[in-house]
Amino acid sequence: MNLVIDIVISGLISGSVYALLAIGFSLIFGVARIVNIAHTAFYMVAAYCIYYVSLKMGLHPVWGMLLAIVLVSLLGMLCYQLFINPIREHEGAVLIATIALAIAFQEIVSIKFTGTYLSVPSLIKGYFTILGVKVFYQQLLTFCAAVLVMAVLWVFLMRTRLGLAIRSTAQDREVANLMGINEARVAMFVMGISVGLAAFAGAVVVPLTVLEPHMWMPPLIMMMAVVVLGGLGSLKGSFTGAYIMGFAQALVVFLAPMGAYLKGSVALSIMIVVLLIRPEGLFGVAFEEER
Amino acid sequence: MKKLNVLCSIVLVSFLVVTISVPAWGARIKIGVIGPMKYVQGKGHWNGAKMARDEINAKGGIKVGDEMMKIKLVKADSNEILNVTDAANAMERLITRSKVDFVIGGFRTEAVLAMQDIAMENKMIFIGVGAATNELCDRVGRDYDTYKYWFRGSPFNSSLLAKTAFVQVGTVAAILQKNLNIPKIKIAVVGEKAMWVEGMIRACKVFLPKMGMEVVGIWRPSPVATDVTAELSAIQRSGAHIIFTIFSSSVGIPFARQAGELKIPAVLTGINVEAQKDGFWEATQGMGNYLMTMNTYARGVESNELTKAFVDGYVAKYGETPTYTSDTYSAIVNTLAPVIEEAGTLDADKIVAILENRVYKSTSGTIKYMKDAKGNHLHELTWGPGYLTSLAVQWQDGELKAFWPNNWVAAKGAPPITYKGMVPYKIPPWMIEKYKK
Repeated sequence: MNLVIDIVISGLISGSVYALLAIGFSLIFGVARIVNIAHTAFYMVAAYCIYYVSLKMGLHPVWGMLLAIVLVSLLGMLCYQLFINPIREHEGAVLIATIALAIAFQEIVSIKFTGTYLSVPSLIKGYFTILGVKVFYQQLLTFCAAVLVMAVLWVFLMRTRLGLAIRSTAQDREVANLMGINEARVAMFVMGISVGLAAFAGAVVVPLTVLEPHMWMPPLIMMMAVVVLGGLGSLKGSFTGAYIMGFAQALVVFLAPMGAYLKGSVALSIMIVVLLIRPEGLFGVAFEEER
Repeated sequence: MKKLNVLCSIVLVSFLVVTISVPAWGARIKIGVIGPMKYVQGKGHWNGAKMARDEINAKGGIKVGDEMMKIKLVKADSNEILNVTDAANAMERLITRSKVDFVIGGFRTEAVLAMQDIAMENKMIFIGVGAATNELCDRVGRDYDTYKYWFRGSPFNSSLLAKTAFVQVGTVAAILQKNLNIPKIKIAVVGEKAMWVEGMIRACKVFLPKMGMEVVGIWRPSPVATDVTAELSAIQRSGAHIIFTIFSSSVGIPFARQAGELKIPAVLTGINVEAQKDGFWEATQGMGNYLMTMNTYARGVESNELTKAFVDGYVAKYGETPTYTSDTYSAIVNTLAPVIEEAGTLDADKIVAILENRVYKSTSGTIKYMKDAKGNHLHELTWGPGYLTSLAVQWQDGELKAFWPNNWVAAKGAPPITYKGMVPYKIPPWMIEKYKK
């Protein structure tokens, strides 16, 4: 029984982290068909921003987090305008441009902060025990944040004019344009929101992790696997896929401790198996209907 | 005008002839320092080498025959933590383009094996300062003619690291048993998934039970894992009193931080390379308190008469305690320089012949190169009292303190060994709270 509780709690927590990252990635792909490889690089930039503000400038980490979300969102929009929008019609070129962006961020951070491993303090220190399992308050915050962000995003997309414009653009870009929606501007806003979500993920996750210039790579692989598993562009799919991956990893660690390093590989294998059975991903059909 | 042109041409040609025909323009010994320069390990390589260069050059250089030659360092970023191919390319560049006379450094076993092959092909003396796998020196024993240019500088090999770690964990186990009345110590082994760890894991399975401890499980997280709470939950569930870690990568930081923050009622021992650095305290936000790791240097601790000057000098110069990759200092000052002077040449074969038979003091102990059972040279470091032993250090309220060797008796009847600057080991308060009832 204790083992089951361990697996459930561990799976929920790591699933929430993946969900936070995957939702933003999925959103920009769903709306603008941009495969933003630099998504987790923005998450890395946000993490370093929080480190700089809280430990180098001596301000409370909350200021670092707020500043990181705002700055990284603006940076995302700027990058979109400068590097992505001019080549948006060429999906391959966009893909390569975002890879280049990610590497550029990595190198800039590497020059400024070197490869030394760094960390930032938790927003809420300590832990609580639930059914005999110790859980950090920061992990609880991450889980709650993932659920809250999903809810806010749903309200935003369903109940606001901009949300309506985003959904229209996602359904049919040309028709949305004919209806007077500035599709390029919508895409830029979505880029800002998407990158802002990555920054938010960075803000809540960074106290649980280690900062180093290549920290964007491991979550990128897992995040892409989550998105593909859930169905490209489907927010619901990303959310579900994230928790499937989280539980798969927890199962490996608890049931095969000698193979704990295989947790990523096992999660990716599950993705392949699902894709073999259902090539469009778990929610791919619904996504196609929406478009 | 024509005469002037001829004169200019003569001057130019003469200048070129002089420049080309006298490569030892200012006669320098070129030493390539290779390592992951963006990381702390590479920083240690470079800082140690710089310190050695400055010290030797300030004295006028190294006497090679009748000539005093100063040292010139060539820095090569191997990027080996991320990419083994980059490391091989960096070694190739050092040898073929920079035309160095010697190479020192290297960190990650997988990369050092590749770099070693390139250096050996070019008959280049390569002193490894960072990688621990036995294979690096086993190759010398198997194929001496090819691999004789390789020498291990630091640390001693994985098997001996494991042996030392077992002695140290035995010391901690005895302290726990005595102070907390634990009849049989349960131990969890956590080793990152890396080549150098494999032998140690096998040794753990065999030797820890022989030492009277029960191995409750073996966990193998990724070297770059950032969240190990699942592993820690499972370890806590196992009832382990000691967690024996084998980490050289970044996973050492989240593991220590999360274990400390969750107050897992087990002490952390073994090897955690990240915990050997001054930056560890900040990186774990102080949660790495009470963690123990094997180490080479600690402030205020002297393995022999050379240690203090090196550690103090390093701290004064760089503001941090040296780690074992800073043994590039010793590789130049204690290993290469005296041998070059003795040989009177930079010829690799002559230097190898002298170096492999030499017994000398370095900043962390006395170096004697081992031979295998058949008497073949291995260029492997000798471990044990009187030679190299390393230290066991513990983070105690923001400071790295050494507690071993302290009255350590290596063999029955052998005299006890204590290095200067030892302090008592501290048990974490949450362990005392849980077990001292």
